[in-house]
Amino acid sequence: MNLSLGPLLYYWSREDTFAFYESAADWPVARVYLGETVCSRRHLLRLPDWLDVAGKLAAAGKEVVLSTQTLIESESDLKVLRKIVRDGRFLVEANEWGAVRLLSEAKVPFVAGPTLNIYNPQTLDVLAALGARRWLPPVEVSRSALAALLDHAPAGMETEVFAYGRLPLAYSARCFTARHYNLPKDDCQFRCLDHPDGLPLATREGKPFLTINGIQTQSAGVYNLIDELPSLRELGVACLRLSPQSRHMERVVKAYDAALAGDASAAAGLAKVMPGASVDGYWHGRAGLEHDATQHG
Amino acid sequence: MPLELVCPAGSLMALKAAIDNGADAVYMGFRDNTNARAFPGLNFDDAQAAEGLRYAHDRGRKVLLALNTYPQSDTWQRWTGAVDRAAKLGMDAVILADAGLMRYAVKHYPALRLHLSVQGSATSYEAVNFYREHFGVQRAVLPRVLSLPQVENVVKNTPVEIELFGFGGLCVMVEGRCLLSSYCTGESPNSAGVCSPAKSVQWKETSTGLESRLNGVLLDRYGKDEKAGYPTLCKGRFEVSGETYYALEEPTSLNTLDLLPEMLKMGIAAIKIEGRQRSPAYVTQVTRVWRAAIDAVKKNAESFVPAPGWMAELNKLSEGQSHTLGAYHRPWK
Repeated sequence: MNLSLGPLLYYWSREDTFAFYESAADWPVARVYLGETVCSRRHLLRLPDWLDVAGKLAAAGKEVVLSTQTLIESESDLKVLRKIVRDGRFLVEANEWGAVRLLSEAKVPFVAGPTLNIYNPQTLDVLAALGARRWLPPVEVSRSALAALLDHAPAGMETEVFAYGRLPLAYSARCFTARHYNLPKDDCQFRCLDHPDGLPLATREGKPFLTINGIQTQSAGVYNLIDELPSLRELGVACLRLSPQSRHMERVVKAYDAALAGDASAAAGLAKVMPGASVDGYWHGRAGLEHDATQHG
Repeated sequence: MPLELVCPAGSLMALKAAIDNGADAVYMGFRDNTNARAFPGLNFDDAQAAEGLRYAHDRGRKVLLALNTYPQSDTWQRWTGAVDRAAKLGMDAVILADAGLMRYAVKHYPALRLHLSVQGSATSYEAVNFYREHFGVQRAVLPRVLSLPQVENVVKNTPVEIELFGFGGLCVMVEGRCLLSSYCTGESPNSAGVCSPAKSVQWKETSTGLESRLNGVLLDRYGKDEKAGYPTLCKGRFEVSGETYYALEEPTSLNTLDLLPEMLKMGIAAIKIEGRQRSPAYVTQVTRVWRAAIDAVKKNAESFVPAPGWMAELNKLSEGQSHTLGAYHRPWK
């Protein structure tokens, strides 16, 4: 089992983004997913910039995967998608079925992303026949549901699980960050730049609940499967996805790396650098915001 | 025939109400979690479905079956069994979201007409055409996220018929890509066929007002003069940077009567009315208004103006007594 750095879900300045990936080149991750998956208005890095970063990370020995936009709305979104598929130098993660169509037409292998809604082995088999060689279940899938699926998974298919980070829960045409600032989406003034880890949303009694990230809604709780490595191994999961946060990401990666190597104290160290409470309800077949109390507090 | 009127049937009574008031087609679900309105007391067993089909077919109308949740691995047979039953009953089409289930349907019932559910989250013609090429899908229901020009671009670039939501509850999120409900309660539309399930709802009168909670999470608190709506998670009031407001969406309904001429012009095949969980009386009123409106726009699209009486009637039925054009109208975003 090894580690993947998931696509950056937030909007950071050019400098911060380049600096992040420059350091990531030295982190113990086997692969890095790159590209804008959330909002087409985020353009501080355009595709050539991402390809540039991709080249450097590949030269540093990382497997690079280009991740496609989850919500495709316009013809210009499709243009970017086609360019990603045509580039051909890197593996691509398909995050909606239009990308699956283009990748299968191009006859290239691809990663079936977590928003393709693969809930059963039959759908995974459809994707395998089209060229998928790695896949991620939707983040709400439990350990036991994943086990039932993997009992009949197509041969040679690698499974990656979203293991750490605020959970991407929903996508909308509406931008909730722009809405917060009473700005129209088309003139959002790129307020996401002010919120490198999203905009916290709490209930009326002040309990953290969700995180606003432009058109994406995330959990407030941080999904964390560091205590579940034995069950992940037992299922035959090949890679764990760690989702970028603006601070201490290196320590997050190193904590998981240490835990994989058997360091029992890694989880406690990780807890100190998490931007929110630990949640793992989904993995245990419960509400996502719950946390298994039998594990670390 | 463009602008077919597709109405919700949560029960036999609602089905008859829709047919009697001018629906061209109704859609229904079986009585389990194979559809996205898996509510207690709702939906059809086989005998009721057969009676509904007879009622509709005798009057030259169609019945579509929503099988639009994602089959779970350990209960896969429940979904294939539902496809088998649909074919045997003679459904005019099944509305599917899952690619694996589509492959099953095509393989075993090549003559069965397939529609892509809104839960399939297809928002581009590339995605719609994928389902056409691989499974022969003949109609796609688009998520309520595209603007009208974006819808038109899909229509122009696919042979697949396009169905749009016209009226009813408004999902602010891309359908099929929203896990807010399971994050809070453990059950989502994708995997359990429910959003903000009634069994997780708690109401409580407190000194600061009436509170609605979902699995313990406070969704809203209503003052004395405020009307409390069903606590759908995305329509609660929350705190963001010290401000309390409808951070995601107000309790409001989608109403696209104003857009009918444009929808007709761009070749929209069907208009869907949301609300299988609604009463036969509701279905009667909404169907009657939409039948009149579609007939009027087809007679003369140029001079079409929604009658004030229609709008008044629909507003009475709307969540929060207000309506929006949603994403079809760019400023909403």
